[in-house]
Amino acid sequence: MTDTLILGAVAYDAKVVTIWDGFQKWLAQRGLAFDYVLYSNYERQVEQHFAGAFHVAWNSPLAWLQAQRIAARQGRVARAVAMRDTDMDLTSLVIVREESPLRTIEDLRGKTLGVGAMDSPQATMIPLQHFAAHGLVAERDFAVRRFDVLVGKHGDHVGGERDAAKALMRGEVDATCMIDGNHLVFTGEGTLPRGRTRVLTQTGRYDHCNFTVLDGAPDRLVTRFVELLLSMRYDDPVARPLLDLEGLKQWRVGRTSGYAQLDAGCARFGWIDDFVNAVAAR
Amino acid sequence: MTRVQIDLADLALDRGATVLLRARLATCAPGSEVSVHGVAPALAAHLAAWCRKEGHGFAPAADAGAPSKVVGLLRVGQAHAARWHDAERAGGAAGNGVVSKPKPTWGLAARGAIVEAGAPSFSFALDDQDEVWSDNVGQIYRAAAASQWDPETAIPWNAPRTHPAFVEDALVQVLTYLIENETAALLVPARFCAQVHPHFREVMQVLAIQAADEARHIEAITRRALLARDCLGSSTVGGQASLQTLVEEPDFVMASFLLSVLGEGSFLSLLAFLQTHAPDDCTREIMRLIAIDEARHVAFGVAHLQRHAQRDATLTSRLRAAIERRHAALRHTAGLNAEVFDALVLLAAGSLEPTAIERGHAAVEELQRQMDSGRQSRLKKLGFPEHDAQQLSSLHTRNFM
Repeated sequence: MTDTLILGAVAYDAKVVTIWDGFQKWLAQRGLAFDYVLYSNYERQVEQHFAGAFHVAWNSPLAWLQAQRIAARQGRVARAVAMRDTDMDLTSLVIVREESPLRTIEDLRGKTLGVGAMDSPQATMIPLQHFAAHGLVAERDFAVRRFDVLVGKHGDHVGGERDAAKALMRGEVDATCMIDGNHLVFTGEGTLPRGRTRVLTQTGRYDHCNFTVLDGAPDRLVTRFVELLLSMRYDDPVARPLLDLEGLKQWRVGRTSGYAQLDAGCARFGWIDDFVNAVAAR
Repeated sequence: MTRVQIDLADLALDRGATVLLRARLATCAPGSEVSVHGVAPALAAHLAAWCRKEGHGFAPAADAGAPSKVVGLLRVGQAHAARWHDAERAGGAAGNGVVSKPKPTWGLAARGAIVEAGAPSFSFALDDQDEVWSDNVGQIYRAAAASQWDPETAIPWNAPRTHPAFVEDALVQVLTYLIENETAALLVPARFCAQVHPHFREVMQVLAIQAADEARHIEAITRRALLARDCLGSSTVGGQASLQTLVEEPDFVMASFLLSVLGEGSFLSLLAFLQTHAPDDCTREIMRLIAIDEARHVAFGVAHLQRHAQRDATLTSRLRAAIERRHAALRHTAGLNAEVFDALVLLAAGSLEPTAIERGHAAVEELQRQMDSGRQSRLKKLGFPEHDAQQLSSLHTRNFM
């Protein structure tokens, strides 16, 4: 099978099949044999990546950190080889109702924060780290109400964020977290009434998904895969529908500088320690 | 170089600022920098998210917000220009902008629109201008649209009926026959309408309005037939067999020839006959209005086949083969059923007196001569020599349509 590059991806939505079928065809037309394996959750994907089930993982930021830490523990190397332009420099917003008395981060003390799924970097982990960095620790200084939708998919499914936003408008939480672009989505679709919410605080910038490879992956195939991704152009009518489906305009060379906040949160709260320990020990 | 400025004032991105941004950015070259001003809440965060999605760069100003109102610097991305890189215009919007072979990827796009490259390929079987086009097709459509009539108000449904019962029975039989034929005349253009490349929009419109005309005819004729009777007349095997060969003709050019030029052409004579011999004003008006519509259908059929014949020397021989094929298929059927023939005679006679019947019979024979003469005249317009026109007209179905 070393003539075929195999990708691991999480099926957070039915469109994932359409996306990777499209890439399979596009890559095959350019001489790269490509196949993919879908997992229902990132933990299984990371575990199977280390078990050698596939070569490249399409990882969430949290799955990237899991892979990186397990690799370090095993004396191996994980690399982020490519990512979308839309995976770079995201922020999360903490939103309150317009009439809320909360004006500063400190005002959250004693209140309830709505978050997304427990394993969502953007709607839970990075915002909690953001507050911790400002001296407010979850469950000590303020209560957290989680909206766990499809745990294991690391928040790729937007349902948790949306449920938390609805809870904000029902008055069940005092503030809620979401990725910056989703504030526009939620006001656009009516989940949040326009002009009735405001931003309490904004996290620092962070990066999202990346293609992760471990040492020992077939270099020639990985290199060709990355070359072909970087060659995809938005002015190519054949490539454009695939880029639109996957939500990007251009692939970029992978970078790992955008995971510091999540890394700090994991170090502080130990969110992934048990999982990393279990897989690293195998 | 002066940097472009866009002032959003207090307009938020979820209240329409994206429309303003897109409109302004469309005029900026990729790579150019745009200074964005505005005071809406969370504008910098929203702009960063929006620019990321749209493929623009965005650097928030260090001192974003009042009083400077500068939110940040937007660097115009490549995506918008890239999307339209290989786009092409699908011909021209006016009638003279028609191309002879529109591309399958132009699909449903308006003729004359800019079509993004990469659109799906549609399979429109009728994608050759010579097969469908006539230079007056736009004019024919406009005339059709201007001549639509409402059966409810256009027809004197309450006009007096003083004719004897046997005349009413004869009329109902003729009307039953007409409904069957009008149904065929509805199905044929409806079926081909869905196969015409929408680039030939006027052809699509003409076929659509033809189908709508026939739907209205069926409605009006049925209503008249049921004015004084509870049930309709008979439908025969021969009549249905004749119409089946028309409805199932797979080739648009042949179907159009058989239906519009020969069938509906013959019906023009029949409708004139029925106007003359209608037993009441209601029936007379229905026949008059239907005849106006059918004349348009015939005009389009003749016009596009005439144009086609001028460009394709093999067309007339193929049309001849179509008539001969249909004649062979119908050779063993009864043709016009006796009930319809008799009913036409009785309508023209208006009385059961032998002399009246003789007059009615002569009128129907004259009708058949007129139909034949009309068919020959239209065949000659398509380029058939006189002798061929005579011979081919005689092979046309005895069922008229």
